[in-house]
Amino acid sequence: MRRILTGLLLCVVLAATVWAGAQKEEENKVEIFSWWTAGGEAEGLEALIEVFNQKYPEIEVINATVAGGAGSNAKAVLATRMQGGNPPDSFQVHAGHELIDTWVVAGAMEPITFIFEENGFLDKYPKGVIDIISYQGEIYSVPVNIHRSNVLWYNKKVFDQNGLTPPRTFDEFFSVAETLADKGITPLALGDNGIWASTHLLESVLAGSLGPERYRGLWNGTTRWDGAETKRALTTFVRMLEYVNSDHAALSWDAAAQYVADGKAAMTIMGDWAHGYFKSKGLKVGVDYGWSPSPSTSGMFIMLSDSFGLPKGAPHRDAAIKWLTVCASREGQDAFNPKKGSIPSRIDGDRSLYDEYLQAAMDDFASNEIIPSVAHGAAASEAWVTELNDVVSVLVADRDVDKAAAQLQKIADKYAKK
Amino acid sequence: MLYQRRELLKAAAVVLPSIIAVGIFVYGFIIWSFRVSVSAWDGILPNFTYVGFKNYIETFQTQRFQTDLWNTLFFTIFFLGLTVTTGLALALLLERSVKGEDVFRTIYLFPMAISFVVTGVAWRWIFNPTVGLNALLQKLGIPVTWGWYTDPSTVGPFHVALIPLIIAASWQFSGYTMAMYLAALRGIPEDVIEASMIDGATYFQRLTLVILPLLKPITLSALIVLGHISLKIFDLVYVMTGKGPAFATDFPGIFMFETTFRGNHYAQGAVISMVMLFLVAVVIVPYLVSVFREGRRA
Amino acid sequence: MRAEYALRQKAAARIALYLVLVVGAVFFLVPVYVLLATSLKSFTEVNIQNMWSLPRTVSLEGFAKALEKLGPNFVNSVLLTVPATILSAFLGSINGYIFAKWRFPGANLLFAFVLFGMFIPYQSILIPLVQFLSRIRLYGTLPGLILTHVVYGIPITTLIFRNYYTEIPGSLIEAAQIDGLGLFRIYRHILLPLSAPAFVVVVIWQMTSIWNEFLFAVTITQNPRVQPITVALQNLAGSQIVEWNVQMAGALLAALPPLLVYLLLGKYFIRGLLAGSVKQ
Repeated sequence: MRRILTGLLLCVVLAATVWAGAQKEEENKVEIFSWWTAGGEAEGLEALIEVFNQKYPEIEVINATVAGGAGSNAKAVLATRMQGGNPPDSFQVHAGHELIDTWVVAGAMEPITFIFEENGFLDKYPKGVIDIISYQGEIYSVPVNIHRSNVLWYNKKVFDQNGLTPPRTFDEFFSVAETLADKGITPLALGDNGIWASTHLLESVLAGSLGPERYRGLWNGTTRWDGAETKRALTTFVRMLEYVNSDHAALSWDAAAQYVADGKAAMTIMGDWAHGYFKSKGLKVGVDYGWSPSPSTSGMFIMLSDSFGLPKGAPHRDAAIKWLTVCASREGQDAFNPKKGSIPSRIDGDRSLYDEYLQAAMDDFASNEIIPSVAHGAAASEAWVTELNDVVSVLVADRDVDKAAAQLQKIADKYAKK
Repeated sequence: MLYQRRELLKAAAVVLPSIIAVGIFVYGFIIWSFRVSVSAWDGILPNFTYVGFKNYIETFQTQRFQTDLWNTLFFTIFFLGLTVTTGLALALLLERSVKGEDVFRTIYLFPMAISFVVTGVAWRWIFNPTVGLNALLQKLGIPVTWGWYTDPSTVGPFHVALIPLIIAASWQFSGYTMAMYLAALRGIPEDVIEASMIDGATYFQRLTLVILPLLKPITLSALIVLGHISLKIFDLVYVMTGKGPAFATDFPGIFMFETTFRGNHYAQGAVISMVMLFLVAVVIVPYLVSVFREGRRA
Repeated sequence: MRAEYALRQKAAARIALYLVLVVGAVFFLVPVYVLLATSLKSFTEVNIQNMWSLPRTVSLEGFAKALEKLGPNFVNSVLLTVPATILSAFLGSINGYIFAKWRFPGANLLFAFVLFGMFIPYQSILIPLVQFLSRIRLYGTLPGLILTHVVYGIPITTLIFRNYYTEIPGSLIEAAQIDGLGLFRIYRHILLPLSAPAFVVVVIWQMTSIWNEFLFAVTITQNPRVQPITVALQNLAGSQIVEWNVQMAGALLAALPPLLVYLLLGKYFIRGLLAGSVKQ
């Protein structure tokens, strides 16, 4: 009898162990979905996973990436997975409205304010960033990096040879451009194949003309798109286009950056991934090329950011929360950003890990007014940006400011939440 | 007779799976698409709330779709004209007992065998304003800086950026019309040709009075096949130019794909697909009906 | 004198004829030249100065890179094309047989009903197709793409086989019916042995069409690991730094199988091509 009981007990214990083991098998995974498949982005992600593995060696990280089309393939796969009730544990998405309007409003995400509260992270992030990642008072994603959009890159040698200094205002920009055009050098390089680079240029011009508050107003319905001030900004933008290379529609942003590197063109306005591009071509900042905030935007930092959130129904919720905590930690961000060529979204990053340009960007990020980029998903929903791109595409071709302003106002009426 | 009935029932049963598959995948899905086009589905998650024809009105009001319809019209006219005349000319030339006819025919027809994606890659390069034709002409001392498919300028509602696309598409399909005409020319009875020879008619007279009238049905076929292809065009444009500056090279097929699978505007995508279906049906249905009637008579 | 003049005129006309044909051929071969010349250059030699010239030294660097990047997708295309072609040829054969030889009431109308599927713009079924495939868990997979090609291949394959079987004398069938052979046995013993030419046409036609297809492929397979070569080629072309030599080599790689089929079996390819223009 005793033996039988012991045997039974053993069986139960054994079964329980096996079951627990099977459970563990289930529990100890976390699937991270992104489109970082190459270059510094992929290396940064690897470094971030490395930090996670040191902290939680028992959890296996499944690095699910989908390449191609600047993230558009990945977004399509993600949409299908979410529609089919098969979400990853956490996925890469542009911080701000791209996340909020696509996923949060649809009720597909969990708020993660508690992660920031429990770890005492709230005061480690600038208020401008917290605003951008929040919806109705709750935080919905962890921004792992910050890129700056309003940067003017210029060929230092061309500027020195012609005795020029980087233009700080629109007026200075046009006088510099005039000088360069007379010399037969393309003043401003643009590669707007796929149009987003033109929208990128436009957001810099809008911020520079309107200032941070009224720029924000464009996205919450308090600034009119067809008002005199916005029209003046659009006119400035169109005037700038008179100084760009004629083959801009055939080029991508990096080909335009190459024009600056080769001295064929003198300036280009692009996000700070251009810095990574110049570095990869063996150019030195301060020697071959220089940078300054784009015209009339000093004191402003137009930000964009990649972030990770917590989808409802994540199969390994606890592990996903651990992942997000690592993403939000100083250690995780300092592992990721030096490789990605961006700065941490926290204000306490270890400066010694970053190069000269990125350190300067960190200083500006800590002191400047932070406003959201529209070309890269922070300021407005993807649907809005798509329609905006369509208008910009026509504006670049026909330069009709009044028509564009009217259309932009109509679109804003549809999307802006007052 | 029992045998006959049983076998006919069997016959119907054999084709039934295919009929059901076509019924669902073609007709069922078209109805479903229509249902999406009159719904409020805008965004990631499906929403089948009925909103009537609101999406149709909104889509037709967008500058992009209006441009697409103009582009489709011009592209169709020029592409059909160029492809049919080139194909006919090649067929008539090859018909004149040419040495090496096989080689020429193979060269003219090979584009039909390869993917639009492949030819798109080649033509995109040829008309690329920095590296393609312009570079060649500049090398020959002709300073051309034409923007080709990146040129947003227009002549009335006609976008000049369509020209490279028309050339590429005609290059792809001219061999096909040539093959159609050749098959028809070979089908003309010898005695008809001989009869016209005896009358001492010149080649030109024979062509206009005898041969071309005989080729009318082929021309109609070619126009219908090419016409419906040009209404559906997607691959070549997607690879070669994309939507272009200010939609200079945009077509309904591109707009539908982008708005649906990149912008998640499902209802709008469905609207565009319904308009495309309608345009194709206008061309194809009368044709199918006439073929069906002939089949009945036969 | 006049005869001589006429002869000379005739000779001149002949020369003009060949001249036009050759110029036409050159025009048709320009893209081929571009593909070949660019793909055989090294990356350093691909620059604006010698874009149109022949490579100074033949370099296989472009092909090596293209193979490395597109090799797996080439395999995907094979895995997609072979089963889809076999399945749709079989389906077309059996359907064509029924529509040609067993005219049950309403068969003609049904045939027209099926034929319409050949002409629709596939955009008009794309949204439901994606939803349907993801509901049966085949979205984003090669089997899903195979299913799609088989179903939408039914109209054209049925048409080709039906036209072919219509040519087979009815007396053969009638004799078999008198012998009491059933529908399936008539197919197996009488029609199938005669079907080889039609099978060749359909197999070649479907193979090239499915291999070259882009819209279904780009919509259904978003993941580079399962993408057929056409989609991977487009992604390669859309990537950041333009390595023209790799792109062109990739394009040639994607063009190779259908081109070989065309050069070796052109006659059958043309038959499939002309079947599409519904000549009855």
